[in-house]
Amino acid sequence: MKLKHFSLAVAGIAAAAISLSAVAQKKYDTGATDTEIKIGDTKPYSGPASAYGTIGKAIAAYFDKINAEGGINGRKVKYISLDDGYNPAKTVEQVRKLVEEDEVLFVFNPLGTPSNTAIHKYMNQKKVPQLFVATGATKWGDPKNFPWTMGWQPNYQTEGRIYAAHILETNPNAKIGVLYQNDDYGKDYLKGLEDGLGDKAKTMIVSKVSYEVTDPTVDSQMVTLKGSGADTFFNVTTPKFAAQAIKKAAEIGWKPTQYLNNVSSSVGSVLTPAGLENSVGIITTQYGKDPTDPQWNNDKGMQDWRAWMAKYYPSGDVKDASNVYGYSVAMTVVQVLKQCGDNLTRENVMKQAASLSMDLPLSLPGINVKTSANDFYPIEREQLARFDGKTWKLFGKVYNPSGD
Amino acid sequence: MSAAPDPSSADRKSRLLWIGLVVVLVAAMVLPFLVKNYRVFQFNLVLVYAIAILGLNILTGFNGQISLGHGAFYAIGAYAAAVLMDRFGMPYWATLPFSGLLCFVLGFLMGFPALRLAGHYLAVATLALALAIPQLLKYKHLENYTGGVQGIVLVKPDPPFTFRFLDQPLNADRWLYFFTLAVTVVMFLLAWNLLRGRVGRALIAIRDHPIAAAVMGINLPAFKSLTFGVSAAFTGVAGALGAVVIAFVSPDSFLLPLSIFLLVGVVVGGLASIPGAFFGAIFIQFVPNIADEMSKSAPQAIYGVLLIILMYLLPTGVMGMVRKLWARWQPGAARLRVNARPGTSVPVSPDLTKESTT
Repeated sequence: MKLKHFSLAVAGIAAAAISLSAVAQKKYDTGATDTEIKIGDTKPYSGPASAYGTIGKAIAAYFDKINAEGGINGRKVKYISLDDGYNPAKTVEQVRKLVEEDEVLFVFNPLGTPSNTAIHKYMNQKKVPQLFVATGATKWGDPKNFPWTMGWQPNYQTEGRIYAAHILETNPNAKIGVLYQNDDYGKDYLKGLEDGLGDKAKTMIVSKVSYEVTDPTVDSQMVTLKGSGADTFFNVTTPKFAAQAIKKAAEIGWKPTQYLNNVSSSVGSVLTPAGLENSVGIITTQYGKDPTDPQWNNDKGMQDWRAWMAKYYPSGDVKDASNVYGYSVAMTVVQVLKQCGDNLTRENVMKQAASLSMDLPLSLPGINVKTSANDFYPIEREQLARFDGKTWKLFGKVYNPSGD
Repeated sequence: MSAAPDPSSADRKSRLLWIGLVVVLVAAMVLPFLVKNYRVFQFNLVLVYAIAILGLNILTGFNGQISLGHGAFYAIGAYAAAVLMDRFGMPYWATLPFSGLLCFVLGFLMGFPALRLAGHYLAVATLALALAIPQLLKYKHLENYTGGVQGIVLVKPDPPFTFRFLDQPLNADRWLYFFTLAVTVVMFLLAWNLLRGRVGRALIAIRDHPIAAAVMGINLPAFKSLTFGVSAAFTGVAGALGAVVIAFVSPDSFLLPLSIFLLVGVVVGGLASIPGAFFGAIFIQFVPNIADEMSKSAPQAIYGVLLIILMYLLPTGVMGMVRKLWARWQPGAARLRVNARPGTSVPVSPDLTKESTT
């Protein structure tokens, strides 16, 4: 009898140990199983920003490719992307649906600064990752206060610091005039420039002029900047105003060294209306490969991307950089899930997202994705490019303002 | 059926109506304990939109003034509540009267130009309001209060007490739902009380024949601008509730489509119908989600098609259809209603609604 009890107990302990070790191998939170990983997302498929909806379709097409090739560690990705019409109130509703009804493992790449602001607190209270958000604002990399939120693309302050570094290298006695949009986007850039210049910011920046999105033109601001005697112009404007500013500078005969924020670096919608001859010599930053730039025609990454577009997203526009963006950001999250292995908890997703070190095939050479427990800014490196009258020509080194 | 209207039959009808209302109210109170939190949140938004649509219906359905700018009053109500909570530490429930009052004053002022503008011209003037408000909310001298483009993030209120029902706790979402439900009941009773009697008849008379109304001694300017004010106040209270429920306001939350959707809600629910506001609210809350599930490429096109189909099938809105069925089911009902004491049924007779949609 006693022996029998004893052997039963041993068997029980052994069984418990086996099941414990099985649990230790595979760990799941809501949204992950042996066969599937559920990922949620909101995008503006309708409304004023619906042009960005193509990012969601590109991401879905990339997951189709991953699933067709067998999934991630044997699990298929189920990507649920909902329309928020670029209305933050709708974003809150849709994200709550994703988390509470569809029960996704995490929310990935929701688009828009106001939309992400609206769900920021909710995601962190619920402890559900808000991963690789599609906005350039600087506030998404704050692991101390918001450990469940992470950005992806280079943020505005980082870019501002890169221009500051270049100015200090090439013209340490520059007199800088800044034109910026009076909102968080404009102020983020300005702060980056000032931080980058450090103690010299006060003496080097001779004039800061702002405009409102509602202003018809920035003509008077440009006259003010010229009058300040600045020899370097930092142009922090959205496309319409960027074109006006470049054109006006040429008209009033002001010929400073011009730095133009990446937001308005489109040749078609900014430099052409501003006058290509007026735009020669303007400097901007880049981090991704431009699908319309012929220099990447023989590039392996670009060729793979074109083949993928043709097979998985044939209705998408191969000239639209948003489709490059969707491909690259989806590639990043797939890497995170690969690193997670069989430990698919929300905590581990954040942990792995915060220990990335990878190169993306459609990023410029030398520009990597790197994160750590204290660094929630995945892409920070950028390279400068100068406009030669036809296209942007990359030059100089890859800047790395974070120093890692 | 019976030739002479029988007063006891009218009494029976009104009793039936009251029983129906109580059943609906009890169902509305049990509902949140049967569904998930996120659904509770959606039903909460339905109630909020119902109040906003009711406000617009007072103006457009009952008084015949078309507004394409009620999203602006919704936005002002929402921001008033958000600023009072965020900057002045006011409790969420106390902000509603302020939002309502502010929107009443602004709506009343907006009513003055409306006196000189009629029909489509008024619609365009109010459209300007809807376009201007999101930009004004970004204005830099107001930024200290409004938070500029970033908007204001609010704290969701906790329930003051808690219990379990059907094995579900009274959590923040459910508590807010009941709070909104209580406000909704109050607002609908107010509207019903206002519209069933002398004022309601005056508004309809102004809509249908302004000259005759003036001859009968109705003060047109006063009534029209006061109607605008009351309508804006209802929508403003809805905006304040919306801000509390969503716990976030930003200029991008209140762009032009909001105003259009509110008008769609009025028409879908049924012009000049108080309960129609609920059907309109259900439509603008859920149909965009259905459209999104059907197609990622053109959700708005699907939405448009669904709207056209609905308007084709129900040209007088959901409530128009309900009334038609009611009249068919009880041929004497239409006549009875005219003779019934005020307050025993919906204040609009079926032939009036027909005109209101033309």
